[in-house]
Amino acid sequence: MTKNVALLNGVNTHPFQSLDLHHRHLLPAQIVTTKPLLQATGLVKKYGVIHAVSNVDVLVYPGEVLGIVGESGSGKSTVLRLLHLEDQPDAGKFYFDVSNDQSLNLFELDRAAKRLVRVFNIGMVYQHPHLGLRMKNTSSGNVAERLIVAGNRNYAELRLAARKSLQVSEFPLARMDDLPSRLSGGMQQRVQLAKAIALKPKLLLLDEPTTGLDVSVQALVLDTLKRLQRESGVSMVIVSHDLGVIKMLADRVMVMRNGRVVECGLTDQVLEDPQDAYTQQLVHAKL
Amino acid sequence: MIILQVRNFSKTFTIHHIGRQVEAFQNLNFTLHKGEFVLVSGANGAGKSTLLRCLYRTYWPTEGKAIYRSCYGLIDLAHAADIDMVRLRSEEIGHVTQFLHARPRVSALEWVAEPLLHTMAYEDALELARTWLRDFGLKAELWHAYPSTFSGGEQQKVNLARALAVPRRLLLLDEPTASLDALARKALVDRLAQLKAQGVAMIGVFHHPEDVAHLIDREIQILAGPDGHIEMDEDR
Repeated sequence: MTKNVALLNGVNTHPFQSLDLHHRHLLPAQIVTTKPLLQATGLVKKYGVIHAVSNVDVLVYPGEVLGIVGESGSGKSTVLRLLHLEDQPDAGKFYFDVSNDQSLNLFELDRAAKRLVRVFNIGMVYQHPHLGLRMKNTSSGNVAERLIVAGNRNYAELRLAARKSLQVSEFPLARMDDLPSRLSGGMQQRVQLAKAIALKPKLLLLDEPTTGLDVSVQALVLDTLKRLQRESGVSMVIVSHDLGVIKMLADRVMVMRNGRVVECGLTDQVLEDPQDAYTQQLVHAKL
Repeated sequence: MIILQVRNFSKTFTIHHIGRQVEAFQNLNFTLHKGEFVLVSGANGAGKSTLLRCLYRTYWPTEGKAIYRSCYGLIDLAHAADIDMVRLRSEEIGHVTQFLHARPRVSALEWVAEPLLHTMAYEDALELARTWLRDFGLKAELWHAYPSTFSGGEQQKVNLARALAVPRRLLLLDEPTASLDALARKALVDRLAQLKAQGVAMIGVFHHPEDVAHLIDREIQILAGPDGHIEMDEDR
């Protein structure tokens, strides 16, 4: 109550004004008491002399969708790979499910433990389906594979679960036994999505999920993602070149350039009132 | 009870590529009480819509505070964490604009029902959405069509139904009657009167304020000064 009175009297000064455009999103929430699902700090990744990612912080709350935008080579996909524990960073910490007091820095886990975190907690949809799918397995087989890794060996159960997951991702079930290589781009993305959500992960990472799809298929995939997020409450981090896609899906957006975050904020604010010079260029270049 | 207290509120746009700063408004001060309806008036470009957008945090306020009394306690909208704003937008603060931002391939009915799904089952949300669309006079044959194909007035009806279907504590109304026919305008004004009676605080910009004249408790006039600075005057 004292704090409230101080606020009304203008006594309380906020540290916000002194923060840069990247770190504003790390301000402690006042009314959302839930702890973040994902908290990654100080991420650094170098490839030889190239700093692909420099001192990037990522914060995602349960049920939230975070968009990452920026030009090619800005480090967006590298951040996603770090969060998917595919790459080891040169520096940085990654805490997942922070509400759990036992939360560990995931980068310190061994390979097998990282794989388990990936299988059970983090789903990934790649821009290129061949990175996420085995092209010589059927679509349902690809989805079932995730369930087999989790320990299920009963064929009937596996098929039923795969079918359910494909249905949720709005894949035409008549094609569930087709090889992914015989499917359209939109259908391949739906198989990837079905595989990613098969074990009901808390976090879904999407790397350019609609790039290369025609606009009508793109709209359908977006709608599926939005419905999925609403119904399951899964958190998402979505990387896209397409500001329209980010506008439709993301609650907040992070703008990257040369491996650094130049701005972060509410999606409509970043797109309509960008503060950073590069973000202004990016937004104004949109057709 | 004070719902919103705005102090020394300013907005300046920085346009980097031409190296210029453009002042929208400077040093605004006003309060808004529960159930109060405040009209914001001023010439074109005076910063009326910008003020509403700053309160909704679509624009960053440059200086000042906007202390809002939420269900969770007091919070400064100008400095609140983004995640807090996401929560407030979904639960307490509504912004009705003139422009429809519907997702492609989503029907009008589902677009209106979507924000309701946080608190109710799918079928109940659809039923309530039907009621709101009916109230605003959107023809039933359009309910399952995509709003992007609608006329300006029809899109506005969808917009209004979506924005008003969710219970709010604070409504920011940016020309909500623009492009509405007389029947829909009356339906909207009746709804706003009901919401006001329920204690919803509203601050709005209206092209034809006579439509809502009987609801207005106070008028805030934003005046452009001779040197381009904006002053504010509380008329009533």
